[in-house]
Amino acid sequence: MSIFVAPSIPVETQEHYLNNDYGIRSWLLTRDHKRIALLYLASITLFFFLGGFFAVLIRLELLTPQGDMVQAETYNKLFTMHGVIMIFFFLIPSIPATLGNFLVPLMVGAKDLAFPRINLLSWYIYVVGGLFTLGAVLVGGVDTGWTFYTPYSTTYSNGYVIATGVGAFITGFSSILTGLNFIVTIHKMRAPGLTWFRLPLFIWAQYAASIIMILGTPVIAITLVLLALERAFHIGIFDPAFGGDPVLFQHLFWFYSHPAVYIMVLPGMGVISELISCFARKYIFGYHFVAFSSLGIAVLGFLVWGHHLFVSGQSVYAGLIFSILSFLVAIPSAIKVFNWTATLYKGSISYQSPMLYAFGFVGLFTIGGLTGLFLASIGLDVHVHDTYFVVAHFHYIMVGGTLMAYLGGMHFWWPKMTGRMFPEGWAKFSALVVFVGFNLTFLPQFILGYLGMPRRYHAYPEEFQVLNVMSSAGASILGVGYVIPMIYFIWSLKYGALASPNPWGATGLEWRTPSPPPPENFKEIPVVNEGPYEYSIREIKVV
Amino acid sequence: MNSTAHPSTLAHHFDTLEQQRESASLGMWVFLGQEVMFFGGLFLAYLVYRASYPAVFAEASHHLDVVLGGVNTAILIASSLTMALAVYGAQTGKRNMLILFLVATMILGLAFLGIKAVEYHHKYEDKLIPGLGFSYPGPHGRQAQLFFGLYFAMTGMHALHMVIGIALLVWLIKDARTGRFTPDYHSHIENFGLYWHFVDIVWIFLFPLLYLIGLH
Repeated sequence: MSIFVAPSIPVETQEHYLNNDYGIRSWLLTRDHKRIALLYLASITLFFFLGGFFAVLIRLELLTPQGDMVQAETYNKLFTMHGVIMIFFFLIPSIPATLGNFLVPLMVGAKDLAFPRINLLSWYIYVVGGLFTLGAVLVGGVDTGWTFYTPYSTTYSNGYVIATGVGAFITGFSSILTGLNFIVTIHKMRAPGLTWFRLPLFIWAQYAASIIMILGTPVIAITLVLLALERAFHIGIFDPAFGGDPVLFQHLFWFYSHPAVYIMVLPGMGVISELISCFARKYIFGYHFVAFSSLGIAVLGFLVWGHHLFVSGQSVYAGLIFSILSFLVAIPSAIKVFNWTATLYKGSISYQSPMLYAFGFVGLFTIGGLTGLFLASIGLDVHVHDTYFVVAHFHYIMVGGTLMAYLGGMHFWWPKMTGRMFPEGWAKFSALVVFVGFNLTFLPQFILGYLGMPRRYHAYPEEFQVLNVMSSAGASILGVGYVIPMIYFIWSLKYGALASPNPWGATGLEWRTPSPPPPENFKEIPVVNEGPYEYSIREIKVV
Repeated sequence: MNSTAHPSTLAHHFDTLEQQRESASLGMWVFLGQEVMFFGGLFLAYLVYRASYPAVFAEASHHLDVVLGGVNTAILIASSLTMALAVYGAQTGKRNMLILFLVATMILGLAFLGIKAVEYHHKYEDKLIPGLGFSYPGPHGRQAQLFFGLYFAMTGMHALHMVIGIALLVWLIKDARTGRFTPDYHSHIENFGLYWHFVDIVWIFLFPLLYLIGLH
């Protein structure tokens, strides 16, 4: 077990990717996937708090039934900017561009991603797209909802639809390039002995998400081009007056945007597989099922977009098919949940902070997934369509799922990324705060939606106030839960205890190299001769 | 691994030239996969409206210049041949042949864009560009505008890909002249060839769908 032995020289004197070069140029021109991951981390954190700022304003307005804080038009802009920023600029890049960028080469035992320059380019593309969208926000914003539905977006909206669309269009290419880099890296750059079925499940999940990025994102790109052409030149493609069809926009939009949900959640599922296996000290139960369920989700995810169109005048037969297909996509998701649960069974579970987030993920994702089945049932969907039930459902997936996994992953790999430990007590506390705050925010919204409160209105009947106040109170707790990790992560950069190469006693190639890793990732390219989660066949020392 | 085993054309993070070449090739195929989906959205929109208004689309198609479109098709097919020959030149280490056929490919690409510009100008004169004083005689003017909207979106996106291709060609020709490409190291040429052929194939679909549907 020499591979897990701690290095004899102290960490801070070794050369690693953070101290091998200094200065702004060494960051802005870096081709090191680890540094690019940190560039992404800084930028998406910025966008996360900006999107969160809009959420704060939304929840403040909804404290009272009267639309008294902002006007209806302003409110439209608030939820649009919240959605656009959170989805395109935070959730889509969140796990792939930060944890994925950092970990994919480490986990496959490579020195970098296959195309380091393209990796840097993707970050610049992301920044340019982000600046476009920020510009649109500053000059007046956009009020169409993040879905840009026609004909409102093409004909009636006074907002900066084209600028925002261009921002999303540009940013899409950063995600395409990230996906391309991951696919090639996973195919071509695995360490000797690292066969496909010895890959960590995080890699399988990133691979599946990359397929969606490659096949889905270009469709939203061309759709946004057509939207811009329609708005600028009125070519008629989405305008019934010219024989065009606004519903075609919805089809094209959701052909990407539904699979995009799986771009967000698949990498999160990959994180959870790593965490649960590590903190249950067991080989993941049903490795092949978990791996292939990722691919299953990627494939089936492309066939369910029509469940967003149940009330859009889609034919009833199409609706039936899409309903059945949407039920089918629940199967691979459930396979994962059952396998995680089975992994916990008779495991020696330790309740460290990353594991708390993983527990949160499993519970919240399950609620989000099961309520997704409600929405896939046509009859029930007609009742709750465009209500807070839908809002609660997708927040359970995107925030309760993806964001929990992202935070769990950040805690798990933070020592590897920075070489510093964070205060574990505070981390456990914040995991609890996030869990409580999240449920208090969004559980009442299920009830609100079921009772008939429509989404996207700044005023509502008085009988909904109690639940809305609960939701707003939960949101402020949730906000605190996000600020605490932000503070202690930054604090740990200077004051945190130095991290050992493998503070969790985890398997995986990334733990066989110092924390933080050297610029070339490994002093010697590792040779792999076993599966990814051999926790049970021998003890792995925490070093 | 010592320095003699790591030639200067091999990036630091690859172990062998073969691994590097295969990665570049796979990367290009994946990229073309996303290109297929990108144009796929346009083709889908075309299909929907062609199925909805077959007669109007056929009639509007008469306003396109089949001769110029046909010449352009021939030019693009010829450019695919010259590109394939350029790749052959790179594979066999014939630098002059490589440069000659890259230049030929670029000239043919520019000729295509020139003819396309002439066609666009005719459409402008005929008031057939949506958004720029579009007017179309007869009762189906609005659906015809849909046809021309799609025509400009599809051929415009194709032309944009041609422009990008020509810009890349300039860069490749510059590098080819310095002798950068050898039989062991010419992934750039091969993968650019894939891109160029892909853009050609898109046109091979665009030409009949847009120009020839009225001719039967």
